[in-house]
Amino acid sequence: MEELKTILKPYTVDKELLAGINDNTDLIKDLKINSANLVDVIIDAEAKYNVEIDYDSAEEMTNVGSCIDIIMKKLNTVE
Amino acid sequence: MSRRVVVTGMGVVAPNGVGLPAFLAAIQAGVSGIRFVPQYQELNFSCQVAGKPEFNWEGLTNYISEVSFHGLKATNIGYGIAAALDAWADAGYEYNTDTPRWDTGCVFGNSIADTEAMKNVITKVDNKEAKKLGSRVVEQAMNSGVTSYISGRLGLGNKVVTNSVACATGTQAILMGYEYIKHSYATRMLVGSAEHVDTYVYGAFDSMRVLSRKFNDAPEKASRPMSLTAGGFVPGSGAGALVLEDLEYALARGARIYAEVLGGATNSGGQRGGGSMTAPNPEGVTRCVQDAIRNSGIDASQIDLVSGHLTATMADKQEIQNWAAALGRHGSSFPMINSLKSMIGHCLSAAGSIETVASILQIQHGFVHPNINLDDPNPEIEEIINMDCLPTKLVKKEINIVAKANFGFGDVNSCLLFSKI
Repeated sequence: MEELKTILKPYTVDKELLAGINDNTDLIKDLKINSANLVDVIIDAEAKYNVEIDYDSAEEMTNVGSCIDIIMKKLNTVE
Repeated sequence: MSRRVVVTGMGVVAPNGVGLPAFLAAIQAGVSGIRFVPQYQELNFSCQVAGKPEFNWEGLTNYISEVSFHGLKATNIGYGIAAALDAWADAGYEYNTDTPRWDTGCVFGNSIADTEAMKNVITKVDNKEAKKLGSRVVEQAMNSGVTSYISGRLGLGNKVVTNSVACATGTQAILMGYEYIKHSYATRMLVGSAEHVDTYVYGAFDSMRVLSRKFNDAPEKASRPMSLTAGGFVPGSGAGALVLEDLEYALARGARIYAEVLGGATNSGGQRGGGSMTAPNPEGVTRCVQDAIRNSGIDASQIDLVSGHLTATMADKQEIQNWAAALGRHGSSFPMINSLKSMIGHCLSAAGSIETVASILQIQHGFVHPNINLDDPNPEIEEIINMDCLPTKLVKKEINIVAKANFGFGDVNSCLLFSKI
Protein backbone atom coordinates (compact mmCIF):
# COMPACT_ATOMS: atom_id res chain seq x y z
CA MET A 1 0.00 0.00 0.00
CA GLU A 2 2.74 2.48 0.95
CA GLU A 3 4.71 1.61 -2.18
CA LEU A 4 1.63 2.13 -4.33
CA LYS A 5 1.19 5.56 -2.76
CA THR A 6 4.64 6.58 -4.05
CA ILE A 7 3.65 5.47 -7.54
CA LEU A 8 0.33 7.34 -7.42
CA LYS A 9 1.73 10.50 -5.84
CA PRO A 10 2.96 12.34 -8.98
CA TYR A 11 -0.46 11.92 -10.59
CA THR A 12 -2.62 12.96 -7.61
CA VAL A 13 -3.40 16.67 -7.41
CA ASP A 14 -4.80 16.52 -3.87
CA LYS A 15 -2.12 14.80 -1.79
CA GLU A 16 -4.43 14.62 1.24
CA LEU A 17 -6.71 12.20 -0.58
CA LEU A 18 -3.74 9.90 -0.95
CA ALA A 19 -3.20 9.61 2.82
CA GLY A 20 -6.61 8.06 3.35
CA ILE A 21 -6.72 5.45 0.58
CA ASN A 22 -7.97 1.89 1.12
CA ASP A 23 -8.60 -1.12 -1.10
CA ASN A 24 -11.83 0.37 -2.42
CA THR A 25 -10.42 3.77 -3.37
CA ASP A 26 -11.14 4.34 -7.06
CA LEU A 27 -8.22 5.91 -8.92
CA ILE A 28 -10.34 8.14 -11.14
CA LYS A 29 -13.47 8.81 -9.07
CA ASP A 30 -11.92 9.12 -5.60
CA LEU A 31 -8.31 10.13 -6.24
CA LYS A 32 -9.29 12.33 -9.20
CA ILE A 33 -6.44 10.99 -11.31
CA ASN A 34 -6.74 12.04 -14.95
CA SER A 35 -7.76 8.94 -16.94
CA ALA A 36 -4.92 9.55 -19.42
CA ASN A 37 -2.46 9.32 -16.52
CA LEU A 38 -3.51 5.74 -15.67
CA VAL A 39 -1.13 4.67 -18.42
CA ASP A 40 1.69 6.43 -16.61
CA VAL A 41 0.78 4.73 -13.32
CA ILE A 42 1.03 1.36 -15.07
CA ILE A 43 4.35 2.22 -16.74
CA ASP A 44 5.79 3.37 -13.40
CA ALA A 45 4.58 0.18 -11.71
CA GLU A 46 6.15 -1.93 -14.46
CA ALA A 47 9.46 -0.16 -14.01
CA LYS A 48 9.40 -0.35 -10.21
CA TYR A 49 8.62 -4.08 -10.00
CA ASN A 50 10.22 -5.13 -13.28
CA VAL A 51 7.02 -6.79 -14.46
CA GLU A 52 4.95 -6.49 -17.60
CA ILE A 53 1.30 -5.54 -17.22
CA ASP A 54 -0.71 -6.54 -20.30
CA TYR A 55 -3.70 -4.61 -21.67
CA ASP A 56 -6.30 -6.88 -20.06
CA SER A 57 -4.75 -6.69 -16.61
CA ALA A 58 -4.30 -2.92 -16.95
CA GLU A 59 -8.01 -2.48 -17.58
CA GLU A 60 -8.77 -4.16 -14.26
CA MET A 61 -6.56 -1.71 -12.33
CA THR A 62 -9.34 0.69 -11.41
CA ASN A 63 -9.01 0.84 -7.65
CA VAL A 64 -6.24 0.51 -5.08
CA GLY A 65 -7.09 -3.10 -4.23
CA SER A 66 -7.05 -4.31 -7.83
CA CYS A 67 -3.75 -2.50 -8.47
CA ILE A 68 -2.11 -4.34 -5.57
CA ASP A 69 -3.67 -7.68 -6.55
CA ILE A 70 -2.49 -7.45 -10.15
CA ILE A 71 1.01 -6.29 -9.29
CA MET A 72 1.33 -9.14 -6.71
CA LYS A 73 0.03 -11.64 -9.27
CA LYS A 74 2.56 -10.48 -11.87
CA LEU A 75 5.37 -10.60 -9.31
CA ASN A 76 4.46 -14.18 -8.38
CA THR A 77 4.34 -15.21 -12.04
CA VAL A 78 7.86 -13.86 -12.51
CA GLU A 79 9.14 -15.85 -9.53
CA MET B 1 -18.13 49.45 -34.80
CA SER B 2 -14.56 48.36 -34.54
CA ARG B 3 -13.03 48.43 -31.11
CA ARG B 4 -9.75 49.88 -29.87
CA VAL B 5 -7.31 47.41 -28.39
CA VAL B 6 -4.85 47.99 -25.57
CA VAL B 7 -2.07 46.12 -23.81
CA THR B 8 -2.75 45.61 -20.10
CA GLY B 9 -0.29 42.89 -19.12
CA MET B 10 3.14 41.65 -20.15
CA GLY B 11 5.43 38.74 -19.34
CA VAL B 12 8.89 37.89 -20.61
CA VAL B 13 11.48 35.13 -20.43
CA ALA B 14 14.54 36.55 -22.18
CA PRO B 15 18.23 35.60 -22.31
CA ASN B 16 19.17 38.84 -20.53
CA GLY B 17 16.31 38.92 -18.03
CA VAL B 18 13.44 36.76 -16.80
CA GLY B 19 10.45 38.80 -15.64
CA LEU B 20 9.65 42.43 -16.49
CA PRO B 21 11.81 44.23 -13.86
CA ALA B 22 14.98 42.26 -14.72
CA PHE B 23 14.36 42.58 -18.45
CA LEU B 24 13.73 46.35 -18.22
CA ALA B 25 16.94 46.89 -16.25
CA ALA B 26 18.90 44.77 -18.76
CA ILE B 27 17.70 46.52 -21.90
CA GLN B 28 18.25 49.95 -20.34
CA ALA B 29 21.82 49.06 -19.34
CA GLY B 30 22.59 47.25 -22.61
CA VAL B 31 23.27 43.91 -20.92
CA SER B 32 24.06 41.00 -23.24
CA GLY B 33 22.49 37.63 -22.57
CA ILE B 34 24.80 35.78 -24.96
CA ARG B 35 27.01 33.07 -23.42
CA PHE B 36 29.56 30.51 -24.56
CA VAL B 37 28.08 26.99 -24.66
CA PRO B 38 30.79 24.33 -24.03
CA GLN B 39 28.57 21.60 -25.52
CA TYR B 40 28.59 23.41 -28.88
CA GLN B 41 32.38 23.34 -28.89
CA GLU B 42 32.34 19.58 -28.20
CA LEU B 43 29.87 19.14 -31.07
CA ASN B 44 32.21 20.95 -33.50
CA PHE B 45 29.69 23.70 -34.24
CA SER B 46 31.17 26.77 -35.92
CA CYS B 47 29.09 29.07 -33.74
CA GLN B 48 29.41 28.19 -30.05
CA VAL B 49 27.45 30.96 -28.37
CA ALA B 50 23.74 31.37 -27.67
CA GLY B 51 21.21 33.40 -25.73
CA LYS B 52 19.54 31.20 -23.13
CA PRO B 53 17.33 32.52 -20.33
CA GLU B 54 18.40 31.83 -16.76
CA PHE B 55 15.22 29.96 -16.20
CA ASN B 56 14.28 28.18 -12.98
CA TRP B 57 12.60 25.03 -14.30
CA GLU B 58 11.41 23.87 -10.86
CA GLY B 59 9.78 27.29 -10.47
CA LEU B 60 7.13 26.20 -12.98
CA THR B 61 5.29 24.60 -10.05
CA ASN B 62 4.31 28.18 -9.13
CA TYR B 63 2.31 28.27 -12.36
CA ILE B 64 1.00 24.75 -12.94
CA SER B 65 0.07 21.81 -10.71
CA GLU B 66 2.75 19.33 -9.64
CA VAL B 67 0.91 16.66 -11.61
CA SER B 68 1.12 18.78 -14.75
CA PHE B 69 4.76 19.65 -14.02
CA HIS B 70 5.68 15.98 -13.54
CA GLY B 71 6.45 14.76 -17.03
CA LEU B 72 6.80 18.21 -18.61
CA LYS B 73 9.96 18.07 -20.72
CA ALA B 74 9.49 20.57 -23.55
CA THR B 75 11.52 23.69 -22.79
CA ASN B 76 9.59 25.95 -25.17
CA ILE B 77 6.35 25.07 -23.39
CA GLY B 78 7.92 25.90 -20.02
CA TYR B 79 9.04 29.32 -21.28
CA GLY B 80 5.62 29.97 -22.80
CA ILE B 81 3.75 29.06 -19.63
CA ALA B 82 5.89 31.38 -17.50
CA ALA B 83 5.63 34.37 -19.86
CA ALA B 84 1.91 33.96 -20.50
CA LEU B 85 0.91 33.44 -16.88
CA ASP B 86 3.12 36.34 -15.77
CA ALA B 87 1.35 38.55 -18.33
CA TRP B 88 -2.03 37.39 -17.06
CA ALA B 89 -1.13 38.18 -13.45
CA ASP B 90 0.46 41.48 -14.54
CA ALA B 91 -2.90 42.48 -16.03
CA GLY B 92 -4.41 41.98 -12.58
CA TYR B 93 -6.13 38.64 -13.18
CA GLU B 94 -6.29 35.44 -11.11
CA TYR B 95 -5.20 32.12 -12.63
CA ASN B 96 -8.00 29.97 -11.19
CA THR B 97 -11.51 29.81 -12.57
CA ASP B 98 -14.24 27.19 -12.21
CA THR B 99 -15.92 28.02 -15.50
CA PRO B 100 -14.33 28.70 -18.89
CA ARG B 101 -13.52 32.31 -19.70
CA TRP B 102 -15.63 32.39 -22.86
CA ASP B 103 -14.68 35.98 -23.69
CA THR B 104 -10.94 35.28 -23.72
CA GLY B 105 -8.82 33.49 -26.33
CA CYS B 106 -5.18 32.72 -26.93
CA VAL B 107 -2.90 33.05 -29.94
CA PHE B 108 0.52 31.72 -29.08
CA GLY B 109 3.16 30.72 -31.61
CA ASN B 110 6.22 28.54 -31.79
CA SER B 111 8.45 26.99 -34.45
CA ILE B 112 8.89 23.37 -33.58
CA ALA B 113 8.43 20.90 -30.75
CA ASP B 114 11.50 20.49 -28.54
CA THR B 115 13.61 18.00 -30.55
CA GLU B 116 15.91 17.43 -27.60
CA ALA B 117 12.93 16.26 -25.55
CA MET B 118 11.71 14.20 -28.51
CA LYS B 119 15.05 12.39 -28.66
CA ASN B 120 13.92 10.28 -25.71
CA VAL B 121 10.82 9.31 -27.68
CA ILE B 122 12.78 8.39 -30.80
CA THR B 123 15.22 6.28 -28.77
CA LYS B 124 12.46 4.36 -27.00
CA VAL B 125 10.50 3.71 -30.19
CA ASP B 126 13.62 2.55 -32.02
CA ASN B 127 14.39 0.22 -29.09
CA LYS B 128 10.90 -1.28 -29.44
CA GLU B 129 9.88 0.27 -26.12
CA ALA B 130 7.06 2.48 -27.36
CA LYS B 131 4.88 1.11 -24.56
CA LYS B 132 7.04 2.96 -22.03
CA LEU B 133 6.41 6.42 -23.48
CA GLY B 134 3.36 7.20 -21.39
CA SER B 135 0.62 9.76 -21.75
CA ARG B 136 2.60 13.00 -21.81
CA VAL B 137 4.44 12.81 -25.11
CA VAL B 138 1.75 13.69 -27.64
CA GLU B 139 0.64 16.86 -25.89
CA GLN B 140 4.22 18.13 -25.93
CA ALA B 141 5.07 17.00 -29.45
CA MET B 142 2.02 18.66 -30.99
CA ASN B 143 2.54 22.18 -32.26
CA SER B 144 -0.36 23.40 -30.18
CA GLY B 145 1.28 22.18 -26.96
CA VAL B 146 2.08 25.72 -25.81
CA THR B 147 -1.42 27.11 -26.31
CA SER B 148 -2.96 23.98 -24.78
CA TYR B 149 -1.04 24.32 -21.52
CA ILE B 150 -1.70 28.07 -21.29
CA SER B 151 -5.38 28.02 -22.16
CA GLY B 152 -5.96 24.95 -19.98
CA ARG B 153 -4.39 26.53 -16.91
CA LEU B 154 -6.40 29.74 -17.34
CA GLY B 155 -9.62 28.20 -18.65
CA LEU B 156 -9.57 30.31 -21.82
CA GLY B 157 -12.75 29.54 -23.74
CA ASN B 158 -12.60 31.68 -26.87
CA LYS B 159 -10.47 31.14 -29.98
CA VAL B 160 -7.32 29.17 -29.10
CA VAL B 161 -4.83 28.90 -31.96
CA THR B 162 -1.15 28.18 -32.45
CA ASN B 163 0.49 30.14 -35.24
CA SER B 164 3.80 29.56 -36.94
CA VAL B 165 5.52 31.75 -39.54
CA ALA B 166 9.17 31.31 -38.59
CA CYS B 167 10.76 34.54 -37.32
CA ALA B 168 7.56 36.54 -37.95
CA THR B 169 5.53 34.31 -35.59
CA GLY B 170 5.50 36.54 -32.50
CA THR B 171 4.41 39.74 -34.25
CA GLN B 172 1.80 37.81 -36.22
CA ALA B 173 0.37 36.24 -33.04
CA ILE B 174 -0.12 39.70 -31.54
CA LEU B 175 -1.69 40.96 -34.75
CA MET B 176 -4.15 38.04 -34.86
CA GLY B 177 -5.19 38.62 -31.24
CA TYR B 178 -5.62 42.34 -31.95
CA GLU B 179 -7.82 41.68 -34.98
CA TYR B 180 -9.99 39.26 -33.02
CA ILE B 181 -10.81 41.86 -30.38
CA LYS B 182 -11.10 44.68 -32.92
CA HIS B 183 -13.81 42.73 -34.73
CA SER B 184 -15.61 41.99 -31.44
CA TYR B 185 -15.14 38.21 -31.41
CA ALA B 186 -13.38 38.35 -28.04
CA THR B 187 -12.89 40.83 -25.22
CA ARG B 188 -9.45 39.69 -24.15
CA MET B 189 -6.70 37.76 -25.94
CA LEU B 190 -3.55 36.30 -24.40
CA VAL B 191 -0.95 36.47 -27.18
CA GLY B 192 2.74 35.79 -27.65
CA SER B 193 5.25 33.17 -28.69
CA ALA B 194 7.94 30.86 -27.37
CA GLU B 195 11.12 29.33 -28.73
CA HIS B 196 13.73 26.90 -27.49
CA VAL B 197 16.62 26.55 -29.93
CA ASP B 198 17.67 23.03 -29.01
CA THR B 199 20.94 21.39 -30.08
CA TYR B 200 19.50 19.85 -33.23
CA VAL B 201 17.82 22.98 -34.55
CA TYR B 202 20.94 24.95 -33.68
CA GLY B 203 23.09 22.48 -35.61
CA ALA B 204 20.91 22.86 -38.69
CA PHE B 205 21.30 26.65 -38.64
CA ASP B 206 25.04 26.23 -38.05
CA SER B 207 25.26 24.12 -41.18
CA MET B 208 23.58 26.88 -43.21
CA ARG B 209 26.55 29.13 -42.30
CA VAL B 210 24.25 31.90 -41.16
CA LEU B 211 25.47 32.03 -37.54
CA SER B 212 28.05 34.30 -35.95
CA ARG B 213 31.26 32.27 -35.70
CA LYS B 214 34.10 34.74 -35.08
CA PHE B 215 33.26 35.74 -31.53
CA ASN B 216 33.19 32.42 -29.67
CA ASP B 217 35.86 33.77 -27.31
CA ALA B 218 33.88 37.01 -26.72
CA PRO B 219 30.24 35.85 -26.55
CA GLU B 220 28.81 39.21 -25.51
CA LYS B 221 30.18 40.75 -28.70
CA ALA B 222 28.91 37.98 -30.98
CA SER B 223 25.56 39.56 -31.91
CA ARG B 224 26.44 42.68 -33.96
CA PRO B 225 23.48 43.93 -35.99
CA MET B 226 24.27 46.65 -38.55
CA SER B 227 28.01 46.51 -37.93
CA LEU B 228 30.71 45.95 -40.52
CA THR B 229 31.79 42.84 -38.62
CA ALA B 230 28.26 41.37 -38.46
CA GLY B 231 28.90 37.84 -39.59
CA GLY B 232 25.68 36.02 -38.82
CA PHE B 233 23.10 35.82 -36.09
CA VAL B 234 23.27 34.27 -32.63
CA PRO B 235 20.39 31.90 -31.77
CA GLY B 236 18.39 32.91 -28.73
CA SER B 237 15.58 31.32 -26.76
CA GLY B 238 12.74 32.53 -24.59
CA ALA B 239 9.15 33.75 -24.68
CA GLY B 240 7.15 36.95 -24.59
CA ALA B 241 3.45 37.42 -23.86
CA LEU B 242 0.87 40.22 -23.80
CA VAL B 243 -2.67 40.53 -22.53
CA LEU B 244 -4.70 42.45 -25.11
CA GLU B 245 -8.07 43.91 -24.13
CA ASP B 246 -10.89 45.92 -25.56
CA LEU B 247 -10.18 49.50 -24.47
CA GLU B 248 -13.66 50.06 -23.00
CA TYR B 249 -13.42 46.85 -21.00
CA ALA B 250 -9.99 47.80 -19.67
CA LEU B 251 -11.17 51.31 -18.72
CA ALA B 252 -14.29 49.96 -17.00
CA ARG B 253 -12.26 47.72 -14.72
CA GLY B 254 -9.68 50.44 -14.06
CA ALA B 255 -6.82 48.45 -15.61
CA ARG B 256 -3.32 49.81 -15.98
CA ILE B 257 -2.85 50.41 -19.72
CA TYR B 258 0.67 50.10 -21.17
CA ALA B 259 -0.06 51.09 -24.76
CA GLU B 260 -2.55 50.89 -27.58
CA VAL B 261 -2.16 48.51 -30.51
CA LEU B 262 -2.89 50.89 -33.39
CA GLY B 263 -2.86 48.22 -36.06
CA GLY B 264 -0.64 46.07 -38.19
CA ALA B 265 -0.27 43.90 -41.23
CA THR B 266 1.13 40.54 -42.23
CA ASN B 267 1.93 39.36 -45.75
CA SER B 268 4.36 37.42 -47.88
CA GLY B 269 6.63 38.53 -50.69
CA GLY B 270 5.56 35.37 -52.51
CA GLN B 271 9.20 34.26 -52.86
CA ARG B 272 9.32 36.36 -56.01
CA GLY B 273 11.08 39.59 -56.95
CA GLY B 274 14.25 38.81 -55.02
CA GLY B 275 12.38 36.96 -52.32
CA SER B 276 13.13 33.29 -51.63
CA MET B 277 12.75 30.72 -48.86
CA THR B 278 15.43 32.61 -46.90
CA ALA B 279 15.40 36.16 -48.30
CA PRO B 280 12.58 38.72 -48.28
CA ASN B 281 11.16 40.28 -51.41
CA PRO B 282 11.80 44.01 -50.68
CA GLU B 283 8.42 44.93 -52.14
CA GLY B 284 6.70 42.51 -49.74
CA VAL B 285 8.43 44.19 -46.81
CA THR B 286 7.60 47.74 -47.85
CA ARG B 287 4.00 46.81 -48.57
CA CYS B 288 3.68 45.14 -45.18
CA VAL B 289 5.03 48.20 -43.34
CA GLN B 290 2.90 50.61 -45.41
CA ASP B 291 -0.24 48.50 -44.93
CA ALA B 292 0.39 48.45 -41.19
CA ILE B 293 0.75 52.24 -41.13
CA ARG B 294 -2.42 52.72 -43.17
CA ASN B 295 -4.40 50.28 -41.02
CA SER B 296 -3.23 52.20 -37.96
CA GLY B 297 -4.56 55.50 -39.28
CA ILE B 298 -1.29 57.36 -38.75
CA ASP B 299 1.29 59.00 -40.97
CA ALA B 300 4.80 57.53 -41.34
CA SER B 301 6.23 60.84 -40.11
CA GLN B 302 4.68 60.21 -36.67
CA ILE B 303 6.81 57.14 -35.95
CA ASP B 304 9.35 57.86 -33.19
CA LEU B 305 11.07 54.51 -33.03
CA VAL B 306 11.54 51.47 -35.24
CA SER B 307 12.22 48.16 -33.54
CA GLY B 308 13.90 46.36 -36.40
CA HIS B 309 14.24 42.71 -37.25
CA LEU B 310 18.01 43.28 -37.84
CA THR B 311 19.57 39.92 -37.12
CA ALA B 312 23.24 40.77 -37.86
CA THR B 313 23.52 39.27 -41.32
CA MET B 314 24.03 40.76 -44.75
CA ALA B 315 20.27 41.35 -44.83
CA ASP B 316 20.56 44.23 -42.31
CA LYS B 317 21.44 46.79 -44.97
CA GLN B 318 18.58 45.68 -47.21
CA GLU B 319 16.22 45.91 -44.25
CA ILE B 320 17.25 49.51 -43.50
CA GLN B 321 16.76 50.32 -47.15
CA ASN B 322 13.27 48.77 -47.05
CA TRP B 323 12.32 50.73 -43.92
CA ALA B 324 13.56 53.99 -45.46
CA ALA B 325 11.57 53.31 -48.64
CA ALA B 326 8.44 52.23 -46.76
CA LEU B 327 8.48 55.25 -44.43
CA GLY B 328 9.68 57.70 -47.08
CA ARG B 329 12.23 58.89 -44.52
CA HIS B 330 15.99 58.96 -45.16
CA GLY B 331 19.15 60.45 -43.67
CA SER B 332 18.45 62.52 -40.57
CA SER B 333 14.67 62.40 -41.04
CA PHE B 334 14.71 58.64 -40.34
CA PRO B 335 13.35 57.73 -36.88
CA MET B 336 15.44 56.15 -34.13
CA ILE B 337 15.98 52.45 -34.79
CA ASN B 338 17.30 49.67 -32.60
CA SER B 339 17.80 45.93 -32.57
CA LEU B 340 17.20 44.03 -29.36
CA LYS B 341 19.03 41.13 -31.00
CA SER B 342 22.31 42.90 -30.23
CA MET B 343 21.67 41.88 -26.60
CA ILE B 344 19.68 38.64 -26.76
CA GLY B 345 20.41 37.20 -30.21
CA HIS B 346 17.71 36.05 -32.55
CA CYS B 347 14.95 34.26 -30.64
CA LEU B 348 13.28 33.11 -33.91
CA SER B 349 9.58 32.55 -33.19
CA ALA B 350 9.90 34.28 -29.82
CA ALA B 351 11.69 37.31 -31.32
CA GLY B 352 8.54 39.25 -32.19
CA SER B 353 6.90 38.91 -28.80
CA ILE B 354 10.03 39.60 -26.71
CA GLU B 355 10.91 42.59 -28.92
CA THR B 356 7.33 43.85 -28.59
CA VAL B 357 7.59 43.71 -24.81
CA ALA B 358 10.80 45.77 -25.16
CA SER B 359 9.05 48.21 -27.53
CA ILE B 360 6.21 48.79 -25.08
CA LEU B 361 8.59 49.23 -22.14
CA GLN B 362 10.31 51.96 -24.18
CA ILE B 363 6.95 53.71 -24.65
CA GLN B 364 6.05 53.29 -20.98
CA HIS B 365 9.37 54.51 -19.58
CA GLY B 366 10.35 56.99 -22.32
CA PHE B 367 13.66 55.66 -23.59
CA VAL B 368 15.38 54.09 -26.57
CA HIS B 369 17.49 51.08 -25.66
CA PRO B 370 21.04 51.01 -27.00
CA ASN B 371 22.26 48.98 -29.96
CA ILE B 372 25.18 47.24 -28.33
CA ASN B 373 28.25 46.05 -30.29
CA LEU B 374 27.76 48.77 -32.88
CA ASP B 375 31.42 49.88 -32.64
CA ASP B 376 31.89 49.68 -36.39
CA PRO B 377 28.66 50.61 -38.18
CA ASN B 378 28.35 49.33 -41.73
CA PRO B 379 29.20 52.37 -43.93
CA GLU B 380 26.60 51.26 -46.47
CA ILE B 381 23.93 51.76 -43.79
CA GLU B 382 25.34 55.22 -43.05
CA GLU B 383 24.63 56.09 -46.66
CA ILE B 384 20.91 55.47 -46.08
CA ILE B 385 20.28 56.83 -42.59
CA ASN B 386 22.01 59.21 -40.23
CA MET B 387 24.10 57.57 -37.50
CA ASP B 388 22.22 59.61 -34.87
CA CYS B 389 19.27 57.32 -35.58
CA LEU B 390 21.31 54.39 -34.24
CA PRO B 391 21.87 54.99 -30.53
CA THR B 392 24.73 53.01 -28.97
CA LYS B 393 23.85 54.31 -25.50
CA LEU B 394 20.54 54.63 -23.70
CA VAL B 395 18.58 57.67 -24.92
CA LYS B 396 15.94 59.18 -22.62
CA LYS B 397 13.19 60.43 -24.90
CA GLU B 398 9.44 60.48 -25.05
CA ILE B 399 8.29 57.73 -27.38
CA ASN B 400 4.73 57.99 -28.68
CA ILE B 401 4.66 55.58 -31.61
CA VAL B 402 6.78 52.49 -32.25
CA ALA B 403 6.83 50.37 -35.40
CA LYS B 404 7.82 46.75 -34.77
CA ALA B 405 8.41 44.31 -37.60
CA ASN B 406 9.81 40.84 -38.15
CA PHE B 407 10.62 38.96 -41.34
CA GLY B 408 10.93 35.20 -41.58
CA PHE B 409 11.91 32.18 -43.64
CA GLY B 410 9.29 31.53 -46.28
CA ASP B 411 9.37 35.25 -47.20
CA VAL B 412 6.81 36.18 -44.54
CA ASN B 413 6.47 39.61 -42.91
CA SER B 414 4.58 41.04 -39.95
CA CYS B 415 4.46 44.62 -38.75
CA LEU B 416 2.72 46.23 -35.75
CA LEU B 417 2.28 49.80 -34.55
CA PHE B 418 1.96 50.70 -30.87
CA SER B 419 1.28 54.06 -29.29
CA LYS B 420 1.16 55.70 -25.91
CA ILE B 421 -2.37 56.20 -24.61
